[in-house]
Amino acid sequence: MTVVKALAYLIAIAIGIGLPFVFPNYTTQFSVMWVMILLALTWDAQGGQMGYNSLGNIFFFGAGMYISAAVQIGLVYDVGEYTAAHGGGIYDFTSAQYFTGLALGFLTAGVLSAISAAVLGWVLIGLRGPYFAIGTLGVAIAAGELVGAWDWLGAGSGISMPTFPGAPDAAKFGFYYMNFVLAAVLFGFLAWLYSTRFGLAINAIRDDEEKAEGMGLHTKTYKRACWSVSAFFLGISGAIFGNMIGFIEPLEVAFQTINFGIFMVLMVLLGGKGTLLGPVVGAILFHAIKEVTWTHMLGTQWVALGLLIVIIVVFFQQGIIGWLRDKRPEWFGIRVDRREGATS
Amino acid sequence: MRKSVLTALAAGAIAFAGPAIAAECETITLGSAISLTGKYSTNGLHAKNGYEFAISKIKENGGVKMGDTCYNFEVIYYDDESTPARGAQLAERLIAQDGVQYMLGPYSSGLTKAIAPVTEKYQIPMVEAEGASRSLFNKGYKYLFAVLSTSEQYLATTVGLAAEVAEKEGKDPSAVRIAIAVENDPFSLDIRQGVLDDAAKFDMKIVIDDKLPRDLSDMSATLTKVRALKPDVLIVSGHSKGAATAVRQIEEQNVSVPMIAVTHCEAADVTGKFGDAANGILCSTQWAETLTYEDPIFGTAANYEQEFKSAYPEYAEKLVPYQTAQASAAVYVFKDAFERANSLDKDAVRDAISDTDLMTFYGGIRFAPEGNNIAKPMVLRQIQSGKYNVVAPSKFASHALEWPRP
Amino acid sequence: MDTILANIDILRVAPVFNVQLILDGLLIGGVFALAAYGLALVWGVMNVKNLAQGDFVMMGGYITWVMAESGIHPFFGIPVAFIALWGFGWMLYKLVIARVIGRDLFTSLLATFGIAIVIEQVLNILYTSDTQTADAGFESLLLFDGLVTVPQVKLIGFALAALLALGVILFMKNSRTGQAIRATSQDPRAARVMGIDTEKIYAFTFSLNAAICGAAGALVAMIWVIQPFFGITYSIRSFVIVVAAGLGNLPGVIAAGLGMGVVEQFGGFVLGAEFQQAIVVGMLLLVLIIRQTLQARKRQVVQ
Repeated sequence: MTVVKALAYLIAIAIGIGLPFVFPNYTTQFSVMWVMILLALTWDAQGGQMGYNSLGNIFFFGAGMYISAAVQIGLVYDVGEYTAAHGGGIYDFTSAQYFTGLALGFLTAGVLSAISAAVLGWVLIGLRGPYFAIGTLGVAIAAGELVGAWDWLGAGSGISMPTFPGAPDAAKFGFYYMNFVLAAVLFGFLAWLYSTRFGLAINAIRDDEEKAEGMGLHTKTYKRACWSVSAFFLGISGAIFGNMIGFIEPLEVAFQTINFGIFMVLMVLLGGKGTLLGPVVGAILFHAIKEVTWTHMLGTQWVALGLLIVIIVVFFQQGIIGWLRDKRPEWFGIRVDRREGATS
Repeated sequence: MRKSVLTALAAGAIAFAGPAIAAECETITLGSAISLTGKYSTNGLHAKNGYEFAISKIKENGGVKMGDTCYNFEVIYYDDESTPARGAQLAERLIAQDGVQYMLGPYSSGLTKAIAPVTEKYQIPMVEAEGASRSLFNKGYKYLFAVLSTSEQYLATTVGLAAEVAEKEGKDPSAVRIAIAVENDPFSLDIRQGVLDDAAKFDMKIVIDDKLPRDLSDMSATLTKVRALKPDVLIVSGHSKGAATAVRQIEEQNVSVPMIAVTHCEAADVTGKFGDAANGILCSTQWAETLTYEDPIFGTAANYEQEFKSAYPEYAEKLVPYQTAQASAAVYVFKDAFERANSLDKDAVRDAISDTDLMTFYGGIRFAPEGNNIAKPMVLRQIQSGKYNVVAPSKFASHALEWPRP
Repeated sequence: MDTILANIDILRVAPVFNVQLILDGLLIGGVFALAAYGLALVWGVMNVKNLAQGDFVMMGGYITWVMAESGIHPFFGIPVAFIALWGFGWMLYKLVIARVIGRDLFTSLLATFGIAIVIEQVLNILYTSDTQTADAGFESLLLFDGLVTVPQVKLIGFALAALLALGVILFMKNSRTGQAIRATSQDPRAARVMGIDTEKIYAFTFSLNAAICGAAGALVAMIWVIQPFFGITYSIRSFVIVVAAGLGNLPGVIAAGLGMGVVEQFGGFVLGAEFQQAIVVGMLLLVLIIRQTLQARKRQVVQ
C-alpha cells in the first residue's frame, strides 16, 4: 500500500514538473490550476478538517498580495511615490532587486498573514457556524474596501507590479513552478499534519467541540494554529498570484470575495470535504470545467457555472471522493465486512 | 465533399452578390478580451460592436490590401468578466494558445492595465480604444497604442471653462470651488487627478473629494454634502452607472450647482432616460458626430453615425457612444498599418503603427513615443434642451455655454 | 482628517442637514429592512441562508422597469412583482430549496449563491448591464427653504414598505398560516406532530420571502437605480442586518435595517463615500464581537 502511495506521489510530482514541457502553451492555465488546488486545500484544512467554515479566507490571499507588493516595491522605491506616479517616471528593477524583493515579499506575506490569522483568531474564532462564516466574510469585504480607500497602496487604481526580468516565457515558467512547488509543499505538509496528534485534535473539534474541550483539549489554541497554517500558505499564494497577474487591485484581484473566495469552498465540496485528496480532485475538475465553458459558451459561461454550482451542491454533497469512499471503501483502507447480514 | 459544397455556395454567393471581392480575401486574426458580462458589459458591448462594424466596413471596401493579396480581419473574443485577473489570463491564452499576433484592447483602464504587461512581454502590438488612464503611458510600453485621448483631459477642460466664466463674472478664478465625486477605479481616479492638476493651476479650492463605491446605486450622502457646501463646479465620473445615478439624484435632490460635468453621458443615454433633468450637464466626449472629421472608409463622422445606426438598429433611438467610434478607429489603425508595413510580421506592423499619421472620421491619429494619441483633442458637450451641443474647446464649439445651469 | 472635521462642522453649524441625512437613511433603510426581514424569515423558519436575496430584489426591479417601459405606471409593479416573485419562489423551492433544508450551513449558502449567479447573468443577457430606472414621475418636496429635499416617491415608497412590513407582521401574528410558520420555526417535529404540513409551510415561507423581495425591488427601481449585478449589495446588507439583529428578532431586524441606512448616510457624509461599505461590515464585526464577549461572560458564570 505504501509503495503504491509513494509511486502515486512520484508520478504526481513528475506530472507537475513535466506539464509545462508537454503543453507549453497551456502553462498559465496549469499555473492557475495549482493556485486553485492551493485555495481548496487551505480552505479544507480548517473548513473540512476542523469544521470551521470560513467565507473570508480570501482575506489572507489578498493581504499576502498587497504585503508582498509593498515589500517588493518598498525595498527599492518609495511605495507612495510608486503608486502615485501617474505623471511619469519609469520605475525599473534590476534582476537582483527583483528576486530579492520577491523572496522577501513572499516570506513577509506568509508570516504576516499567519500572524493576522492568529490575531483575528482571538476575535473571531469564538464564533460558531454561520456567525463565523459571515464574520470572516465581513473581514474580507472590509479589507477590500479599506485598501481601496488607501492612497498609499494605490487605492482603487491598483498597483502595476514590477515585471519579471528575462524572456517572456521565463516569467510564465517561473510562476508556474512557484505555484506548483507551493501547492506540492502544502500537500505534503498537510498529509503529515493530518497524521499527527494535531490532525486528530482538529477532527475532534469538528466532530464535537464541547466534548473535545471537556477532554482537556485547548481548542482555542488548535483553532488558531490551524487557521494560521492556512493563512501562511494563502498569503504566499496571493503574493505569487499578484506577481503573476502583474496588476493588482483591491476588489477584483486581491480581495475577490465572490469569486475565488467562494470558489474555494465549492471546489472542496465538489471533491469531498474533510479528505486529503478531495480538494485536489475538486479543484482540478472545477478549473477544467471553468476553462471549457469559458471557451465554448462565450457570454453565457456564468449561467452554466451557476447551474453547475446548484447541481453540485444539491446532488453531489459528499463530493467525488466521498462518493468513491462509499462505493469503494477498500481503496481508502477501510475494511468492510461484506458478508450477508453484516451491519456496519 | 463538404469543402466543394462550400466552394459552390461561395461561388454562388459571388455570382449573386455581384462584385464581392471580399470572399477571396485571406484572413488576419486579431484577438481581444472584452467585457461581455460583469459591470462593464454595456460598454464592452459598445466596443465590440465598434470593432465588428469597422471590420465589415473594411470588408466592403475591399479589405486590407497588401500587394496583390487582400485580407479581412477576424477577431477572437473572450469574455474577461470585467475583472483584471481574468483579463491577464485571457491575454496570455489568446497569445499562447490561439496564436494571436495582434491585439485589440479591452474595455476600461483597469483591464488594459492588466493586459498591457502581457502583450508587452510577448511583444504583441495592441491598439486599444478604451483604456485612457495616463498611468498606461508612463511605463515605457513599446507595443501599446491608444487611439483615444488620455483620461486627465476628460474633464480638465471644465476647469478652464469655469475659470473663463469666473473672469467674465468679474471674479478671480481662484475663488472657484470644486466638488469631485468619482468612482474608485483607475479610470475615474485618473480623471480626478487631471481635475486636481488643472485646479491647482488656477489655485482653485477642492471642497469635496469623494470616492464612490463601485457598486454605486446611491450617492445621496455626497450630494447632501454638495448642497451644504454649494461648490461652483461639480465633477462626477463613474462609467455609465455613475452617470445615470448622478443625473437622477441631482434632479431629485434639487442640487443646484451652476456647472456640472459628467463622463459617459451618451453611453448611459441620460437624455433618453431622464429627459429634462439632464439639461445643462456638461459631458466630456472623445468624439462627436457633429465634428468635421472624415476618412475614405467611414466617410464623415455624421456618416459613421448614420451607417452604424442602420447596421445596429438598437442604437437608433440614442446617440452612438464614442466608445463605439473609437473602437472602429482602432481597427482602422490596424488596416492602415498593415498596408503600410506590407507584411504580416508583428514587429513590422508595430513599427508601422508607431509611424501612423492618419486622419479618420474619429479625428487625427498620431502616437506619442509612449503610445497615446496626441493628434486629437477632447471635446466638451452640453446637453441643451435634450441635444448634445459642443461648447468647448472654442475651436470646435457650435453653441455657447449655458451658464448657470438651468 | 481636516475634511472629516470640516464635515462634522457642517452638521454642527447647519443642523438641518442632519435631518436630510436621517431622512435619506431611513428611506433607504426601509428597503434594506424589507429584504432583511424576508431573510430572517427563511433563516429562522427553515434555516436556509439565502444568498440570492438581493437578486430577487433585482428581479422585482426589472419586472417593474419592463412594465414602466411599456407605459404602465411603475406603482403597479409592486403587486405584479410580488405575485411574480411568489411564483418564482415557489418554483425555486420545489426545484432546489426543498432538497437543501436540513443540510449543513454551506449547502443552502452555496446553492443559493449558484442561483444568484444564474439570475444576475440571465438578467444581464436579457436587459444588458445598463443602469435602469423606472420613473414614477413625482416631484421632490422641499422643506426648510429647500435645504432638505424629500423626493415624494421615496416617501411613498417608504410608506408602502411600512405597510407591507405591517401586513406581514400582522399576518404572522394572527393568521393560522402565520401561527403555523412560527410553530414550525420553533420546533418542526412538534409542529408535524400537531398536524402541520411543514413541507407546505416551508414552500409558503420561501415564496413569501421572494415576494417581499420582489416588492422591495419594485421600490428600488422607482427610487434608485437597478442593474443586474447590484443584487449582491442587497444580499450582503440583508445578512449584516439579520446577523446584527439576531435571529428570531423580527422587530429588531427592521430597526437594524433603518439604523444601518442612517449610519451609512452619516458615514458617507463625514468620512467620504469610499468608507460607506466598510462602515457597514465594520458594524457587523463590532456586533459579533460584543455579542461573543457577552456570551463568553455568560459561559463563565455557568461554570
